[in-house]
Amino acid sequence: MTVQKSRLEAGATRATRKRHTFNGGIHPDGHKDVSNAAPIVTLPLLSRYVVPLRQHIGTATRVLVQAGDTVLRGQMIGAAEGYVSTAVHAPTSGRVVAVEPHEVPHPSGLADLCVVIESDGLDQAVEFQPLDWRNLDPSALRNRIRDLGLAGLGGAVFPSFIKLNPEGGGIDTLILNGAECEPWITCDDRLMRERAAEILQGVAVMRHMLGAREVLIGIEDDKPEAIAAMRTAAGADTGVEVVAVPTLYPSGGGKQLTYLLTGRETPTGGRSTDVGVQVFNIGTAHALYRAVALGEPMLSRVVTVTGHVATPGNYEARLGTPVADLLQAAGGALPGSTGKLVGGPMMGFELEDNAAPLTKAVNCIIVKHPDLFPARPAALPCIRCGACARACPADLQPFEMYWFARAKDFGKAQSYDLFDCIECGCCSFVCPSHIPLVDYFRFAKSEIWERERHKHDADQARTRHEFKEFRLEREKLEKAEKLAAKVAENKARDAAAAATAAANPDAAADPEAERKKAILQAALDRAKKAKEAVTPQNTESLPPAVEKQIAEIEARRAQADTAVEKEAGQ
Amino acid sequence: MNGSPYLLRGNNSVTLVMLKVLAALIPGIIAHVWFFGPGIVVSLLLCTAFAIGFETLFLLMRGMPLKPFLTDGSVVVTACLLALAMPTLAPWWLYLTGIFFAVVVAKHFYGGLGQNLFNPAMVGYAALIVSFPVYMTQWVAPLGIAQVTPDLWEAFDLVFAGAGAISPDAYTSATPLDVWKTQARQGIDAANILAQPIFGWAGGHGREIVALMYLAGGLLLVANRVATWHVPVAFLLAMALTAGSLHLLDPAHHAPPLFHLFSGGAMLCAFFIATDPVTAASTPLGKLIYAGLAGFLVIIIRAFGGYPDGIAFAVLLMNVAVPFIDAYTQPRVFGHKHGGKRGQA
Repeated sequence: MTVQKSRLEAGATRATRKRHTFNGGIHPDGHKDVSNAAPIVTLPLLSRYVVPLRQHIGTATRVLVQAGDTVLRGQMIGAAEGYVSTAVHAPTSGRVVAVEPHEVPHPSGLADLCVVIESDGLDQAVEFQPLDWRNLDPSALRNRIRDLGLAGLGGAVFPSFIKLNPEGGGIDTLILNGAECEPWITCDDRLMRERAAEILQGVAVMRHMLGAREVLIGIEDDKPEAIAAMRTAAGADTGVEVVAVPTLYPSGGGKQLTYLLTGRETPTGGRSTDVGVQVFNIGTAHALYRAVALGEPMLSRVVTVTGHVATPGNYEARLGTPVADLLQAAGGALPGSTGKLVGGPMMGFELEDNAAPLTKAVNCIIVKHPDLFPARPAALPCIRCGACARACPADLQPFEMYWFARAKDFGKAQSYDLFDCIECGCCSFVCPSHIPLVDYFRFAKSEIWERERHKHDADQARTRHEFKEFRLEREKLEKAEKLAAKVAENKARDAAAAATAAANPDAAADPEAERKKAILQAALDRAKKAKEAVTPQNTESLPPAVEKQIAEIEARRAQADTAVEKEAGQ
Repeated sequence: MNGSPYLLRGNNSVTLVMLKVLAALIPGIIAHVWFFGPGIVVSLLLCTAFAIGFETLFLLMRGMPLKPFLTDGSVVVTACLLALAMPTLAPWWLYLTGIFFAVVVAKHFYGGLGQNLFNPAMVGYAALIVSFPVYMTQWVAPLGIAQVTPDLWEAFDLVFAGAGAISPDAYTSATPLDVWKTQARQGIDAANILAQPIFGWAGGHGREIVALMYLAGGLLLVANRVATWHVPVAFLLAMALTAGSLHLLDPAHHAPPLFHLFSGGAMLCAFFIATDPVTAASTPLGKLIYAGLAGFLVIIIRAFGGYPDGIAFAVLLMNVAVPFIDAYTQPRVFGHKHGGKRGQA
């Protein structure tokens, strides 16, 4: 960081910026020219929108409308719930026809809760209030940004207001990610070419909020027009530098771009903020500009529709636009198409249903054709050639992780730093045996998460059980103590009574009855306890799996008991 | 499971890797034909045929699909490497036995492609040199030392008829490594041994040119990124340093490093055998250690062992150590402080 500082003070220029290159990386065919020549086209108003209540990473929003309600464009229909969340808004004015589970673009293919809005054709908006971002209290400003629904548009859709928190002021560098390293995608390219000034106004807000001294805008050098436009827009602003980074996938990965531009390595398990860097996608900067300058919530985004379609291009569409309508805007899928990808071909996923809507996370729809995306040949065994390791931008040994993941030896896979894998797909891309390595890593990770969850649950159950045992034991002791006290008290009273009786024989009857009652009560208690002890637990005629589990618990308990005894013995 | 990425590098397959390896052997094979006659073609074809036969048989027995595994080319590479490491006029059953050990014992008994611990060609070679040492030392004399080399038909005759019509003795002679071993033991001074015409200018007349061609082919492999530089450089450097040290200490009894680098199977091993990805170490540092120790062992075996050459045993011994070397030489992962030991679960 001191290097950074001295460089800044010396008034570093482009020529002196030290070049850092991460290891590995690949050069897939870009196919950018298919869609990067066409200007952004705004989609006309549709009659129906399907707005998912979760379009970001984190907790789903709390729905604020129900079927039958009328809404206005920009009206909040889902409120941020919990910390990691950001609001969702109505894309146009009209009537809510349903709040129901609906297909959404997600790798899981599962349905999620959506608000279905029928447009009234008027497109009436709520009143948008521009934000006085220079003077607003930082916390209030962040809350407004949360309620305007801002999330990262690069694909990870992390709520922006969280990332705009300077967290004590350790962030000296703001990086704008315009690398767009995935093949086929050109929405950021077009946005930078056409709206560079607006992006930079958004950048100014980010810089103000984070207190970052330096802004670095990283763009792959296969986008000269975007680089030129951004440089022109940045003008003489000394704190903002547009850096052309070599075209090498995955230069747009957060950690990779941070390293390329600053030479700082994000520590394992950490975030770029740990090394004083915050990274935003340039689309997010553009959305932030609209949020603060116009007071407009996140209602639309630019999405590339490309591949095997009639008119590939970039479309500015409202969030909630069904994919079918996006495809139609691009002239529709051509004959012979074989499905669609959401996102880029390296890290995207297959979309099953055209009814799924555009969300904040969707930056690209690619219609597939066997010529463009040949099927992966059947995998051969790994020959340990190491091509994957040489291509890995995280410097992992994918073939070792694959070996253990395939053998379901997840502990070993993890010890080879499985969780440092960013799933960029470089290893699968270069493998001469055509092994779908990343699939194995995703599988291993999900299995490990599942086991962790399982272990956590089991630990909790054991703690609960042990506490129950402890409580029962304590109650037993307490009861015994109480009884003993009672007996002692009674004895004392008897003695006193006897003494009194000696003086006054008529009064003896009452204490005697009291004593008998106590003895009776004690007997009843004993009987109750004995009954509890022999009460059959529901352990007869159980399924074998449960019996096995019980046996395991018993064994563990016995072991624990022995351990305790041993300890006691020492 | 059918997730991203949906792209593959074009023109990329195990078959292509193996074809590149085979192509890189061609200069060496041509030089071999030039100096030792076309007999090598017979042994190459014979070994390949036996290898494909065993591969097919064992794929069938193991219930594996034939097409992907017969076309991956790996078994052809194994066969060619063994053929190039063996004398060319040996009887057919010697090749059959060698290929049996290479393809069946070393490869299929361990689970087939990618699963073998030991370099298949070297297992075949080691089995033969231990079992049939005499046959394994009958090498054809190079043109220039001998007046004539056997033509293709004579080679066929010799291989299939054995000591029938013609005797292989007419063509064979001791290799420079054999001569060195015998004469050095007799106490003949190094300078006098190396002055004999069979020793050529470096590693033996004719043989040094073949070695140069292997070097050229091997450099092509490295340039094409089929193999990385680590194994050849470490192997040859360790050989040169070990041989050089011995030669400096006792020049009368130890041959100079240049002789070692260009004799026997040194170049073939450096670029084609020790580089076998399945059985070699896989990390950059691991490759240096693996190949460096193999090169060291080759010289130790040549200088003090009972066999004239030590390639096969050096490679097999280091194959044993590969999992250990790999586990301790993991590169530093991005964002981590250290590399080193991995694999403890």
